[in-house]
Amino acid sequence: MNMNQTNKYFNEMHSDNGAIREIYRYYEKWRSGLPDGTLERRSAEAELLFRRMGITFAVYGEADGAERLIPFDIVPRIFGVAEWQRLERGIKQRVRALNAFLHDIYHEQEIIKAGIINAQQILDNVLYRREMQGIDLPNQVYAHIAGIDLVRVAENEFYVLEDNLRTPSGVSYMLENRKAMMRLFPELFANHTVEPVEHYPQLLLDTLREAAPPFVSDPVIVVMTPGSYNSAYFEHAFLASQMGVELVEGQDLFVHQQKVYMHTTDGPQQVHVIYRRVDDDFLDPLVFLPDSTLGVPGLLDAYCSGNVALANGVGTGVADDKSTYLYVPEMIRFYLGEAPLLSNVPTWRLSEPDDLKYVLENLSELVVKEVQGSGGYGMLVGPTSSKAEIETYRQRILTEPNNFIAQPTLALSTCPTLVDSGVAPRHVDLRPFVLSGKEVRLIPGGLTRVALREGSLVVNSSQGGGTKDTWVLED
Amino acid sequence: MLSRTADNLFWMARHIERAENTARVLDVAHRTSLLPLDIEGSEAYLWYAPLNITGCARGYEVKYGLARSEIVTRYMALDPDNPASIYNCLRLARENARAVRGAITSEMWEVINATWLELNRLPKQIDYEKFPDYFDWVKDRSHLFRGVTLGTIVKDIALSFIKLGTFLERADNTARILDVKYHILLPSVNDVGGAADYYQWGALLKSVSSFEAYQKIYRDVISPLRVAELLILRDDMPRSLHACMNEVEAELIAINCSSGKEARRLAGEQHAALHFGRIEDVFEQGLHEYLTDFLNHINLLGQEIRNAYLARRDQFGLLPLVKSTQTQQSTHIN
Repeated sequence: MNMNQTNKYFNEMHSDNGAIREIYRYYEKWRSGLPDGTLERRSAEAELLFRRMGITFAVYGEADGAERLIPFDIVPRIFGVAEWQRLERGIKQRVRALNAFLHDIYHEQEIIKAGIINAQQILDNVLYRREMQGIDLPNQVYAHIAGIDLVRVAENEFYVLEDNLRTPSGVSYMLENRKAMMRLFPELFANHTVEPVEHYPQLLLDTLREAAPPFVSDPVIVVMTPGSYNSAYFEHAFLASQMGVELVEGQDLFVHQQKVYMHTTDGPQQVHVIYRRVDDDFLDPLVFLPDSTLGVPGLLDAYCSGNVALANGVGTGVADDKSTYLYVPEMIRFYLGEAPLLSNVPTWRLSEPDDLKYVLENLSELVVKEVQGSGGYGMLVGPTSSKAEIETYRQRILTEPNNFIAQPTLALSTCPTLVDSGVAPRHVDLRPFVLSGKEVRLIPGGLTRVALREGSLVVNSSQGGGTKDTWVLED
Repeated sequence: MLSRTADNLFWMARHIERAENTARVLDVAHRTSLLPLDIEGSEAYLWYAPLNITGCARGYEVKYGLARSEIVTRYMALDPDNPASIYNCLRLARENARAVRGAITSEMWEVINATWLELNRLPKQIDYEKFPDYFDWVKDRSHLFRGVTLGTIVKDIALSFIKLGTFLERADNTARILDVKYHILLPSVNDVGGAADYYQWGALLKSVSSFEAYQKIYRDVISPLRVAELLILRDDMPRSLHACMNEVEAELIAINCSSGKEARRLAGEQHAALHFGRIEDVFEQGLHEYLTDFLNHINLLGQEIRNAYLARRDQFGLLPLVKSTQTQQSTHIN
């Protein structure tokens, strides 16, 4: 094990003095008793399993990469129940505040009146949807499914990296990773009390039911996908089949007299709830991008008339934008009257001249992101970039500083991970999935993403990251 | 069920069945080519048959000219540029399956996906002698798919559309094999009643897995008349036209939707003709003419099924019709 890394970053298995943290003790004892090469063999088995099941994703812009596996690491990431419960409270609190914020800015805009956020910040945001102003949603929930990205830097220090309130993906990997682990290591599960995650699709279905228009007693629910060439298509199909509902594309739906129907072999059938995995821009060519073929003409009209529910709602992007992110702790105080349990990462706004100056002087130590970017595309990680890369990025910032924010390079915690040279620490983050209906629900665990390259801090699957099963264990 | 889902299920099943049938046709050509055939230019003659049956003779001629055993085999088995090749059938089957993963069981998906992955792991240049192994593999995968389907899927409308695709395709194929082979093996109609070349006709029967059944049922020399009867009228032969239409009609009744009246009528009509038909009348009309009529009829039936269930229509009459999906690819041959 590389001791330099152990000292610099919080290692979730080994504490600073090299001892094994309590929660990993049993696992490590089990692992050290395995004959040589066991993990490697099981890992190869796992890969075969995943390929056969077709658990793939597409990487945009890769000619041969129409379908690729996300590397699955077979060493689990483990939380204790107590530390998980602290996290859970913080995550739920955050999502409650975000939904309250969305309801507010599409209604009375009290937060603007109170002078906490200026109107321009919201109303000029391209992700703010004017069409949603004054529209009432069941339970006042906008982001029914949220993915909150967290990083850990110390025993009791977590930061929220970003909120994903549009169409967060990855939950199918959480479920498939667990399934694979149980198949590969039944003995581990026999001796550990791992909190289950398998009921996520059921909770999702409950949440979608609660989102239905109030006058519908037995709503018809569908999952809407952009199609089989979308990077997350596997997940869309997976969730639809796990919930036992139809997986539709835009072309399967049509709107008639402000109601949404799907084409079936037995004629049109009305649809009440659409779990859509299509971005706002592509939902309805009559309102948003006119040349979108993924959407349904008239869908927004039907939605605003209250005849169909969309999950997530339209216009949630304004709340997970990286410039709005800065205000989330304020939102929690404003709407809930509580102190935030989870911290934001300190962030510099490059639209502010002072911040810009500081960031440009310290590019080699910072992480710079596009305000509306996602998926790890188009970001600069100063410490691991070459001089030339930094200079190219500097020019991009200077053309339009408003488009960027910067954060310190976080010392992401590491977890033991199986790599070519054996088991070694690699940096991880965590995306728990939060469901909001009549209540806020959270599955114990989430998707742990791991940067497989030594020293790398970028965990996104599109950038060569892998995933791990995440355990919440009774202490 | 979503029309698009039904469409994909239907074509998934058709493409799998087509891959199997093409493998059968090629396998038989292969076997037959090892036997003496007393015809001038017999190689070209023999190897045009598979091209004709699958409707890719023209595409082949443009590319290669005269039909040669090895070239035809490679063209039909593995050529990605031949839309009717086994390679492309398996690719399209997987694409259709991928588009409806939620509607099929994970076991079914795994079989189709693994088939495609294995196909792509094959060496680029299979030895010509190794092709029979390849054909066996294709047939095995198709059998496996059918078995897994029946063993895992809920008996509902999804299975009905899968079976519709399978049996329409199979009926189409049996009729084509019979039509094409008859002409090669029986240039003179006067020979119909007499005994025929045991090996040549045996090969034909084997191509539709009916050789053993023939022996069992007739316990006699192979006569072309009986072969036709077996493959057209007998409903206990799993690949006969009658047996296929039994299934097609039953599935159309099982689907039992408000639409599809004309499809049910066409299927019923064709089924009745087979059910009450006599082989003597078939030959009186002329076997080729009879089979041509049959192929036209089920082609029409296929279109009716498409109109009734698979295409997205606007039942309220207020919207323009939506165009059909990309994945269903009409590589169907006529």
